[in-house]
Amino acid sequence: MGKTVGFSAQSGEGRAAGLIHQRRARCLPSFVGMALLFHIGRFFSFFAAALRRPQKGRVFAKATVIELEVIGVQSVGIVALLSLFMGAVIAIQTAHQIGGWIPAYTVGFTVRQTMILEFAPTIIPVILSGKVGSNIASQIGTMQVTEQIDALEVMGVRSISHLVLPKLLAAVLIFPFLVVISMVLGIGAGAFICDVAELSTYADFKYGLQMDFSPFDVTYALIKTCVFALIITSVSAYHGYYTQGGAREVGRSSTKAVVYSVVIVMVANLVITQLLLT
Amino acid sequence: MIRANGVKKAFGEKVVLHGIDAEFQSGQVNFIIGRSGSGKSVLTKCMVGLLEVDSGRVQYGDSVFSELNRRDREAVRREIGMLFQGGALFDSMTVLENVEFPLRMFSDMAEDERKERAMECLRRVELLGAEHLFPAEVSGGMQKRVALARAIVGKPKYLFCDEPNSGLDPQTAIIIDNLIKDLTQEYGTTTVVISHDMNSVIEIGDSIHFLHEGRVAWQGDRQGILDSGVSSLDQFVYASDLMKDIRNQLRRK
Repeated sequence: MGKTVGFSAQSGEGRAAGLIHQRRARCLPSFVGMALLFHIGRFFSFFAAALRRPQKGRVFAKATVIELEVIGVQSVGIVALLSLFMGAVIAIQTAHQIGGWIPAYTVGFTVRQTMILEFAPTIIPVILSGKVGSNIASQIGTMQVTEQIDALEVMGVRSISHLVLPKLLAAVLIFPFLVVISMVLGIGAGAFICDVAELSTYADFKYGLQMDFSPFDVTYALIKTCVFALIITSVSAYHGYYTQGGAREVGRSSTKAVVYSVVIVMVANLVITQLLLT
Repeated sequence: MIRANGVKKAFGEKVVLHGIDAEFQSGQVNFIIGRSGSGKSVLTKCMVGLLEVDSGRVQYGDSVFSELNRRDREAVRREIGMLFQGGALFDSMTVLENVEFPLRMFSDMAEDERKERAMECLRRVELLGAEHLFPAEVSGGMQKRVALARAIVGKPKYLFCDEPNSGLDPQTAIIIDNLIKDLTQEYGTTTVVISHDMNSVIEIGDSIHFLHEGRVAWQGDRQGILDSGVSSLDQFVYASDLMKDIRNQLRRK
């Protein structure tokens, strides 16, 4: 359908979608290519519309504070729980594999590197894409199918910017905090389990923790986190915004949001790592 | 005044509107009636810009809405109030917040003033006392009334109502009809109502456009509806069980 809610780039959308369906029957590879290009183009138009200046600063600020609470504060529990267990498990697995000539401080070193470089900045956002991403997609998707977004547009509200920008900003602000909490708790849990289970001494763990520490690793982790926050919120909002149909389609959009977010986060992880660490 | 000139709209191969010409006057309740699938909702969505017209133009007063850029369209839209068929209330906000929302976005009113205006609109739709409830906590009829309060809170120049009476009990339907009529006269609003409800058409309709298969098959006032000579309109009207009542009502008016 040639629905033009939101921004002018959508004006040819109905025709483009029609063309895609016509081509689909004829040639599958060509259909996949066209569909991919169509979605990439529409996503970037959507993203540009999301970054437009808010129409009313006070309304935007209030919405952002609410999103900080929903995206951030309500995720602290799950982040803390997962980080504690992962930090402890990494310590136990590392201790289990070392022996002989491998020094005991390796446990602290491995826990630190794993938590800072990969678990906190990548796995935590992936987990949050399941919680936050599906929430965003289903919320915006429900608004779309119940005409709430049409109501915003008719009032003269730029619906994409109004709905998505507070979420983007909140995620970019709060994800780094969640990741730092994850790093601290994971490393703390590793130290605790080493002490309690006598896997290594506290002194060894501490030595490993401090050995060859590069502050840039934390910078790299936080850069990754901010990029992942943008990907998760924008991809999820995109899938929610273009939901058409009813409850079943809202569910589908929610699933798609999580799947596409995770895949794109993984690709971005590879690209950022290659760019920043080599 | 709102004017549609040669408005065409198709979805793929399916042509829904075949060049609609219609004029909706200020201070009048203008009805668009027709069978399901005749293009009423699509025409309304084209008029408010939720759908882009394929050709033709939509004019609000002197400005050609369908040719305006995004910023100018936003300015025109701030003068539009719309009551959606399903209410389209924001479910994360209370009734009062829903009604206040357009003012919060586009007016410089102080909070007290804003609240007072919203409460006044809630009073008009007989919903005082429900202001702190969420949309999920009120009935369908109440949701419609909240939506109407939200549509009129900014004193719009143009009011669109999509099936304002669907799903309402007869008593509430009459309240809504009277409210639409009163507001139209009070504010000089150009009101466009999409409806199947012949009772409403006869009660409050000043001007009626009958759409059949994407074309305006008949246009006139309520007095002319029974003598239109248009077979599709006759069938539409005669299909209503209220036929006898309508005849009686017309005789009385």
